[in-house]
Amino acid sequence: MNVVASVVFIALFVFIAILGFASAHWRKGDMSHLHEWGLGGRRFGAWISWFLIGGDLYTAYTFIAVPALVFGAGALGFFALPYTVVVYPMVFAILPRLWVVARKHNYVTASDFVAGRFNSPALALAIALTGIVATMPYIALQLVGIQVVIGGLGFPTHGFIGELPLIIAFTVLAVFTYTSGLRAPASIAVVKDLLVYITIIAMIVIIPIKMGGFGNIFAAIPKEHLLLPPIKDGNTGMISFYTSLAFGSALALMFYPHATTAVLAAKGPNTLRRNWVFLPAYSFLLGLIAMLGYVAYAAGIDKLPELAPYFAEYKAQFAMPGLLLHFFPSWFVGVGFAAVAIGALVPAAIMSIAAANLFTRNIYKAYIKPDCTVQQETSMAKMFSLLVKFGALMFILFLPLTYAIQLQLLGGILILQTLPAIVSGIYTRWFDSKALLLGWAVGLGWGIWAASLTGFQKSGYALHLGGWVIPAYIGLYAVILNLVVAVIANLAIRKLGVANDNDATELADYVG
Amino acid sequence: MHSTSTPHKLGWLQILLLAIPCIAVLVVPWFNRLEPTLFGIPFFYWWQLVWVPLAGVFIGIVYKMVVPKGSGD
Repeated sequence: MNVVASVVFIALFVFIAILGFASAHWRKGDMSHLHEWGLGGRRFGAWISWFLIGGDLYTAYTFIAVPALVFGAGALGFFALPYTVVVYPMVFAILPRLWVVARKHNYVTASDFVAGRFNSPALALAIALTGIVATMPYIALQLVGIQVVIGGLGFPTHGFIGELPLIIAFTVLAVFTYTSGLRAPASIAVVKDLLVYITIIAMIVIIPIKMGGFGNIFAAIPKEHLLLPPIKDGNTGMISFYTSLAFGSALALMFYPHATTAVLAAKGPNTLRRNWVFLPAYSFLLGLIAMLGYVAYAAGIDKLPELAPYFAEYKAQFAMPGLLLHFFPSWFVGVGFAAVAIGALVPAAIMSIAAANLFTRNIYKAYIKPDCTVQQETSMAKMFSLLVKFGALMFILFLPLTYAIQLQLLGGILILQTLPAIVSGIYTRWFDSKALLLGWAVGLGWGIWAASLTGFQKSGYALHLGGWVIPAYIGLYAVILNLVVAVIANLAIRKLGVANDNDATELADYVG
Repeated sequence: MHSTSTPHKLGWLQILLLAIPCIAVLVVPWFNRLEPTLFGIPFFYWWQLVWVPLAGVFIGIVYKMVVPKGSGD
């Protein structure tokens, strides 16, 4: 076991646990209200929002999975970069309007908005269920990041003793989320990001110097690894897949419940707008992290005798931890591994809060106990956040890891199907909820079917169109189908005159 | 909310400014090449990396255009 690294790691972990508990008192509000526990009272200013949204979207799984993908698959793995470039200009146009209308009507979730906007509990339920189902495997995946670094510290990772560190980490997470709500990940996110920035910048500066510069590193990578294969024989191949993966993932990102939660927790629409100017700083970091995959490849890190057992166990996922172990002193390994583990806790906390908000508002209050008091509503959300995390832990302990990865892949396809309802609700008054519900169901059904063709292993579908073969991200094809179905159904509904135009919101509610 | 005045709506110019960085990183066949390199980094990689801060600049310009001076939250 690596004693120095483990001591640094554990010390940092204890520090953030204390910080998590203490943050219940930070800018204290009446914690019996759901918008206090679940949205931090909508009071986070530009700085905290920057850390919270950044800490939320760039998860531990990102630090492990992105370099792993570049290490293993080459250029395709770099899609994460255009994905995070595209996302901010798009949300700049959309999400401030959602914030304003949500504040006006005390909406805590996107489903709350859909319920009010379309006067349709059924559509809201569909959106809420989609969100909860897409979020659960995502929480489970955060545990993978923790597992990899605990293994990297030299702890055993099998049997009950091996799973104990994971259980402890998750218990800490569950308890501070229960007591402090969204304030806990918001305060921890600041520490997490400082650690992450220090680690990644040190890695991207020091390792290339030791290896004789980026020129040397890229020269060691085979050319077919560095570029996407060009369009050939009427098959757009990896080019269209890369583009659609970047664009489709960007569309999906902001409609994940944990993203909506962090966005609605901001102090105001201009705070958000300013945030989108500066959030690309994280994307730059992500680009550097992605290039670490090539650094690992050039260093032949998986062939080194001292790291080979880890690569046998964790495969390409050990690329980034392996670089830390090989190039840095033990104390810094502790810092870097702590950054990954804490980087898992922040999004996991926000995700469980987001799922809890959805369950409480759009299932419990909407269908089970409509007359619940605000106190009952909040305590139900706190309970459900515990349940969600417990479920994620069981998932990782008792089911094969590949299930979580496949479900997460499916989750992106599912969450995209909520986009037409939410975005059209923000921008137009033309759609009827029945048409959107039908589009959602068709998009969902087709997406799951298309993913099942590869046994839920891959996220691509090859469309044959006019002599061309166009492989692209299933989620993007599914949401296009979803929208087409919704438009046709809506034309029919308008023609038949059976549209439901009841709407709790007014045009003026969106401006601010 | 304490905004002193409401922001302007996004017009065609603002939408175009927001679209430019998106298009720049999605024209994959155009930048799917190795040359010219920058500090030893192939074109495919540095082109996409450069557009990260540039996206921030474009969003910043639109922010200045639509949010009136002095309006906070």
